[in-house]
Amino acid sequence: MRILKLTAVLILFFIASGLNVKGQCKSFAKRTCLPELGSYTHDGNYHATVLTEGEEAELYKTFYSDMEYRLSICGDENLPPVEFIVLDVNKNILYSSKDANNASTWDFKLQSSQQLKIIIKVNSSGQQGGTPKSGCVAIMFGFKIKT
Amino acid sequence: MTRLLKISNSILALAILFTLMIASCRSGGKDAKKEADSVNVQGANAAVYEDIKQAEKIFYTLPSPLESAMLIKSAGAFFDNNLLNPIENTSHYSTNRSMGLNLGIYTCDLSFASLYDQTQLIIDYMNAAKKMADGLGILDAINEEDIKNLEENIHNTDVIMDIVSQTYLNSNSYLEDNNQPAIAALVLAGGWLEGLYISTQLVDMKDFNGNKLVGRIIDQKLSVDILIDLLETSKGHPAVDELIAQVKVVKTVFDKITLKTTPIRPEYDQAANVTVLKSEVQSDLTPEVFKELSATVADIRSNLIK
Repeated sequence: MRILKLTAVLILFFIASGLNVKGQCKSFAKRTCLPELGSYTHDGNYHATVLTEGEEAELYKTFYSDMEYRLSICGDENLPPVEFIVLDVNKNILYSSKDANNASTWDFKLQSSQQLKIIIKVNSSGQQGGTPKSGCVAIMFGFKIKT
Repeated sequence: MTRLLKISNSILALAILFTLMIASCRSGGKDAKKEADSVNVQGANAAVYEDIKQAEKIFYTLPSPLESAMLIKSAGAFFDNNLLNPIENTSHYSTNRSMGLNLGIYTCDLSFASLYDQTQLIIDYMNAAKKMADGLGILDAINEEDIKNLEENIHNTDVIMDIVSQTYLNSNSYLEDNNQPAIAALVLAGGWLEGLYISTQLVDMKDFNGNKLVGRIIDQKLSVDILIDLLETSKGHPAVDELIAQVKVVKTVFDKITLKTTPIRPEYDQAANVTVLKSEVQSDLTPEVFKELSATVADIRSNLIK
């Protein structure tokens, strides 16, 4: 009976803490990632999640030829560097943040509208034996009319 | 006493079962989807990506209502308030399905009105979107301060766009963070379908060939699969299943359009500090297929705003 009670309390605790961490990601995204969009208008979409070092996320989006875009990626300060690559539908790499000194933003425009895939990866810290670090990672897009 | 203990145990067991069910729902959908993915690496940096195999989280992203409205305006289309979902309809929406879909629809209408400086409509549609968000229990997605801020900056398009963007972010982040991905997907789908509806209705058939707006509509072929993938992460939810069937009808029409794209060549423009993704695209949308697409979208949309 006592074990059962303890289990229920623990499960409720983990669920509640999971919700809290997700809520923190929203604040993190607004506080840290949004300002990085600068003069670009944020599209209003929300993409943030908790990742552990070594893990990755993917994002699929259509980008339009009339627009200029800024992609901004932010990782919690506790995490190792977060890198991203942008691929076309044939999985050809169009951009790698690693080749641009681990840049956290990328400005681009398109001659014709395209569906692109973005892979975001939290690097491993390389430390042996410790608990892998987790934290919020957010991806935001800003746009403006092509000049 | 023994009976009391049994009842207490049963309640506890039910509580655990319930929490486990919630936990399993949370790990479903987008979070749970993993896929093997080999990246076709060009060049010498292949080793950098050789360990890219699995994704913990997959985001399917549609053009937001603000982006859709911007695409319509940048194509040179005119504003027509008759195309918006009347604000009087807000009283018809009482289910999570209808409020979710119409939160997306009203946010798109609000974005459309914002970009065309329709001052009174901006306030009216912000209030309509607020009603939907409040009905869904989205706390503070749009608060009185936002409405006041909107009224004070009613002639400042940049500020209005920021407010619209923020309120949309508040809505979809709340739904995502509170484990309502199905409702979040309905909001996104509603906004996308409204953008497609408005743009198809604004095309003047006498000016079909070379019409920039028609080009933007063809581009939506690229997003229809993303929308289906997004909705399928919440498959099993009755409202989502119904919408998947409707969007698949739209896809059937889009499938009649062929898009031929040349490989993308990234070129860095040093002066502007921007990468230009160069490629040419050709499509073969006929007026007949366009009319079919327009009628299909209008039919679905009339069902969504009922």
